[in-house]
Amino acid sequence: MSELKLMKGNEALAEAAIRAGVDAYFGYPITPQTELIEYLMNEQTEKRTGMVCLQAESEIAAINMVYGAASTGKKVFTSSSSPGISLKQEGISYLAGAELPAVIVNVVRGGPGLGTIQPSQADYFQSVKGGGHGDYKLYVLAPSSVQEMSDFVEDAFDIAFKYRAPVLILSDGLIGQMMEKVKLKPQKKRRTDEEVIKECGSWATTGKTKNRERNIITSLDLQSEKMEARVHRLMKKYEQMEKEDLRFEKIQCDDAEYLIVAYGSSARISQKAVEMARAKGIKVGLLRPITLFPFPKKQLFKLADQVKGMLSVELNAGQMVEDVRLSVEFKVPVEHFGRTGGIIHTPEEILEALEQKIINNGTIRHHKTRESSIL
Amino acid sequence: MELLDIIKPENQVFCKTKLMTDTPLSYCPGCGHGTAHNITMEVIDEMGIQEDTIGVAPVGCSVLAYDFMNIDMTQAAHGRAPAVATAIARTWPKKYVFTYQGDGDLAAIGTAETIHACNRGENIVIIFINNGIYGMTGGQMAPTTLEGMKSSTSPFGRDIKTMGSPLKMTELVAQLPGTYFVTRQAVHTHKHVRKAKKAIRQAFENLKLNKGISFVEIVSNCNSGWKMTPNDANEWMVDNMFPYYPLGDIKVNGKLK
Repeated sequence: MSELKLMKGNEALAEAAIRAGVDAYFGYPITPQTELIEYLMNEQTEKRTGMVCLQAESEIAAINMVYGAASTGKKVFTSSSSPGISLKQEGISYLAGAELPAVIVNVVRGGPGLGTIQPSQADYFQSVKGGGHGDYKLYVLAPSSVQEMSDFVEDAFDIAFKYRAPVLILSDGLIGQMMEKVKLKPQKKRRTDEEVIKECGSWATTGKTKNRERNIITSLDLQSEKMEARVHRLMKKYEQMEKEDLRFEKIQCDDAEYLIVAYGSSARISQKAVEMARAKGIKVGLLRPITLFPFPKKQLFKLADQVKGMLSVELNAGQMVEDVRLSVEFKVPVEHFGRTGGIIHTPEEILEALEQKIINNGTIRHHKTRESSIL
Repeated sequence: MELLDIIKPENQVFCKTKLMTDTPLSYCPGCGHGTAHNITMEVIDEMGIQEDTIGVAPVGCSVLAYDFMNIDMTQAAHGRAPAVATAIARTWPKKYVFTYQGDGDLAAIGTAETIHACNRGENIVIIFINNGIYGMTGGQMAPTTLEGMKSSTSPFGRDIKTMGSPLKMTELVAQLPGTYFVTRQAVHTHKHVRKAKKAIRQAFENLKLNKGISFVEIVSNCNSGWKMTPNDANEWMVDNMFPYYPLGDIKVNGKLK
């Protein structure tokens, strides 16, 4: 039975993981995601569904525990916030290299360094451009509501197992901490060990049986040709993700003359800015990338023929704006607006930025150099 | 007795370990790793637990252990094997899970993972090869490098004032309530190989009882890194390593000796 509840984003994600039949969670406390591990511990997941829940000695240990469980075909995830996610990059790179399915949740706070505990979207680059070492990408889902914090858990595991690749849920302190109504899915049964072996036995280290060769999980290829073949295999997965699993949402784009591009909490706030603009008679649309990789490049390229300019609204100093510009290939002016340090922009500020940077200034700016374009 | 009689299976007194693959070992001639691999695989074979064993390989010379051991294996990031093994053992509680790690891996970069896995009393076996040096990267100083011992990063000998003292990781983890069996062995003579194998067998038997960590250190050589012939390396090990890292059981059945 599905259930309607009032929950924090972090709690909704934790509850959804239990209900999705996830096998294990390994984490470490850090604000603003700590409710996640607290919720799981309080639910006594081992008793409820048999899901292992362990507080590790560090984020590094936690992500390597994820690597261990994932190497045996179990559904496993971890969560953290920005400084902790930096620590996890080693393990994330190994997960990608060894082609293991796993889910990582980042409830982003402001940075760099210890930064601040308030919401931010300043981990965009880290999330979509690699983050760890080597040639790899993460499939990145960006929830913009508590409902999506819950829904994206199963979606993330589906993608992780479809491609045998790590998936990142990129949330932030705002979505993680705020309370909203959430419709929870019914409880799914965890797979039995036999079912895991049946499903993943062709590659996972579940114990070598007589009827198959031993399974090895590694990211090491000392022979260059083999290593290159591995990298090519990864790149093929990412191409397939772009073809088959791109997700985005278009809001009032059909007749839009101007476009806001925003994801996660910024998309939520920008929606209000779109309404306010429309009330003033300005035709503004919103393109919300739901996956940050793959990125809706083609959609933006097409929209660039329709709109006069685009504003990338992000809670950072200008990160996604680079990808928007690459996507539209300078067909229209693309500017950035965003607050940092944990300050959340208001719809009024967004509308004002749109008017100043794009509507009143757009045609002039288009021919200018980009030096002064970042706030 | 004719040659053909001797090679009849019933007359064989020793043959290649069944659970070792046919891949030629990548270790230097004289290195203890091959022997340690052999006895570990012999134990798994003799216990009949190949199907239920999951090994975790480290970073270092034995990073390719999975090429030689015919069991399912996961290769862990440098030092993280105890964390990787923790998760496997927790999610597959009936499996036999072990890590195979060197001293740089276990006692330097993986110190936190080692101590905490031991402190939680994870039901895993840790096989710890201590040769006092980083072999794979070409003979750099390890946390276990002896005082005065020369390496490529301590070319004038380890100066304990500036580089710290050699770390006795095995004695350290023996203090933790989560360790059940802690022992130090060697594999340079037949006698020692038999003893070491017995210890590894004991460690795997302990997994059945779900008693926590069984920690088997094997003091070994690195003739390439030490820049000695295999024989000289073994002699040097007996004269210099054993006095600092004395062989024998440190903790049995959860009790310090």
